[in-house]
Amino acid sequence: MEVFIFMAQFLLPIMLIALALIAGKAIETRHFKTIQARETATEHIPIINARTWDTSQTVAHAELAQGSVVVSIDYFKRFMGGLYNLVGGRVRSFESVLDRGRREAILRMKASCPDADAFVNLRMERSILASTTTRGQYLGGIEVLAYSTAVWYQREDTDEVCTAEIG
Amino acid sequence: MIMTNVEAVPGKRIVEHYGLVAGSTVRAKHVGRDIMANLKNLVGGELKGYTSLLNDAREQAMSRMLEQAQALGANAVVNVRFSTSSVAQGASELYVYGTAVLVEDDD
Repeated sequence: MEVFIFMAQFLLPIMLIALALIAGKAIETRHFKTIQARETATEHIPIINARTWDTSQTVAHAELAQGSVVVSIDYFKRFMGGLYNLVGGRVRSFESVLDRGRREAILRMKASCPDADAFVNLRMERSILASTTTRGQYLGGIEVLAYSTAVWYQREDTDEVCTAEIG
Repeated sequence: MIMTNVEAVPGKRIVEHYGLVAGSTVRAKHVGRDIMANLKNLVGGELKGYTSLLNDAREQAMSRMLEQAQALGANAVVNVRFSTSSVAQGASELYVYGTAVLVEDDD
């Protein structure tokens, strides 16, 4: 019985942290790989976060483009974050999660209008999904939203519309 | 209905302003998605259930805003902004607002 209580109290959390470390790392590495591949593929479409931009071309069509993602922080990262809370300083384990979320949201925004010529006035929104349980506050995930105005320049064949599904 | 998040619709001219239009919705997540999300929270990664939930909610907020704009006789909404806030106990409010305008082709 004592062995069982010991297992439940100490070994289980350690095993969960180890599992989160291995699986979380694998998921993150894979995600970063796809992000990089998709970023290179859509690099030629400029994103401008100003309201006006220099162009000699006339705009034929404009539409709101958006992309969003909810990312979660794995158990290991949360554990590390808790440790960092004691000593302060840069929490690298959380930075990579937010970085992934932001880049993914921008990529989804781009993917929602794949044939646009430019994305103007990019805005980013972030909100924390948390809920309060009997055991206290718990983090449900972080939502990142990227939105901008997709524009299409005047061309001979101008019948493009933003057709792809959002998200 | 055209939507942009800049002051005008590029390539078109604004002929009339109708003022602010807005749409909002408050959504709570449900237990089935919570169970999956809790499992996913262990190893990290995307919480797809929540992504689609919030997207649906945002779509609804947007369609409410567009309904308002349509009722005013507008054909475009400019300067659209999104805002998300968690209200309480796992419920999120999605708010979208913009300016309803009437646009014409820029000739």
